[in-house]
Amino acid sequence: MSHTVETVLRSHPFLAGLPEGTTELIAACSSLATFEPGQLLLSEGEAADTVFLLHHGQVAVEVHRPAGGSLWIETVGSGHLVGLSWASSPFRWQFDARALEPVSAVAIDVGELRAGLGRHPDLGFALLDRLMGRLVDRLQSTRLRLLDLHALGDDQPR
Amino acid sequence: MTSRAELSSSTPAAPGPLTPRPYRVTGRKAEVGDVVTLSLEPCDGHLVPPSAHGQFNMVTAFGVGEVAVSIAGDPDDSGHLEHSVRDVGAVTHALCTAPVGAVVGLRGPFGTGWGVEHLPDGPDVVVVAGGIGLAPLRGAVGELVRREREGRGRVFVVAGARSPDQVLYADDLDRWRRAGSSVVVTVDLGSTGWEGPVGVVTTLLPELPFDPAGAWALTCGPEIMMRFVARALVDRGVDPRRVLVSLERNMQCGVGLCGHCQLGPLLVCRDGPVVPYGGTADRLLLERGR
Repeated sequence: MSHTVETVLRSHPFLAGLPEGTTELIAACSSLATFEPGQLLLSEGEAADTVFLLHHGQVAVEVHRPAGGSLWIETVGSGHLVGLSWASSPFRWQFDARALEPVSAVAIDVGELRAGLGRHPDLGFALLDRLMGRLVDRLQSTRLRLLDLHALGDDQPR
Repeated sequence: MTSRAELSSSTPAAPGPLTPRPYRVTGRKAEVGDVVTLSLEPCDGHLVPPSAHGQFNMVTAFGVGEVAVSIAGDPDDSGHLEHSVRDVGAVTHALCTAPVGAVVGLRGPFGTGWGVEHLPDGPDVVVVAGGIGLAPLRGAVGELVRREREGRGRVFVVAGARSPDQVLYADDLDRWRRAGSSVVVTVDLGSTGWEGPVGVVTTLLPELPFDPAGAWALTCGPEIMMRFVARALVDRGVDPRRVLVSLERNMQCGVGLCGHCQLGPLLVCRDGPVVPYGGTADRLLLERGR
């Protein structure tokens, strides 16, 4: 079955339950995109002008090491959003995002999206509210990882 | 004081629960990081006492001290016990460096188990382990994988580790996966070559494809992790009374006499370590300062 932007968006978990019109608004500024394993979706330091809703495949959010190679900060799978820096100034990617396997996604033009949401503030609020939920999830999981739980010894089973 | 009866007795009394029995180290395997798995068998030729998955023994490093260690092997498998010990203090260091042939003391088993042998057929079981928290779950998972192969219910294993080279029991995880069970290993920090997800175990639970209706969950690891795992499972619709956690406290006597492991109304060595989250651990895991 060949997918269109509309069919992918209508079944995408990130958009589930959002007000009528949201999918159409996003579809108007989106296109389908595919990536081969190893290909970058986002590059650190570049303008955050496109955000991706993953339809299929795994993506690693990573940071490169001066000594070579990359560290993977987290992996993001189908049904999720890749890229957060588009939502806030200075609108530059802070990390790389690399396809770990064949990836298909909906690529959303951030400039057009912002303009569309400006015309429909109710949809903008709903979408940002949804985005806020994902941000909170990521913040909380980041906080847990900051604790380096596996390195603590005082409350672990022996 | 020695009693007259003890002096006149010709047959030695069976050791009580506070008396360690000598066990010989028959195998020693360096696992990941500072974890060592010891295989032990009784020096006196007796059989290893039967135990349930999730129980623990008190293991003595003679001249150093005694420590509670979860039973990490399948008690039904063979005539020896397996204990995975993390080198975090004087006693565990002495145990981790004990060579094959060394003699340690052991008493137990103590405490409550996971109860997987009593699970009804049908419901899914979710197992979430962090780091060495997989040790007390290892035998239970083996049992649950067998249960799944017999068509009696699915098991979903989620294991977290600090990094790919810190994944405990990687061979077992592969074996369970090859047996057809769902096994996902996530690491806090990944790099090229790692094929699994990167992130904390809780991030995997919202999309884990189990049926929460009637499901059971077993979790063991750092307490903070267990709190968040339990909440995430309850958010998915799992009955909190069917979420079991394994608590770690200062277990010393093992039989509920000394009180060192008291946690609220529980003596963890006797009433735990495995307790339900709902109605018990949900309150206790929030207690501060112990």
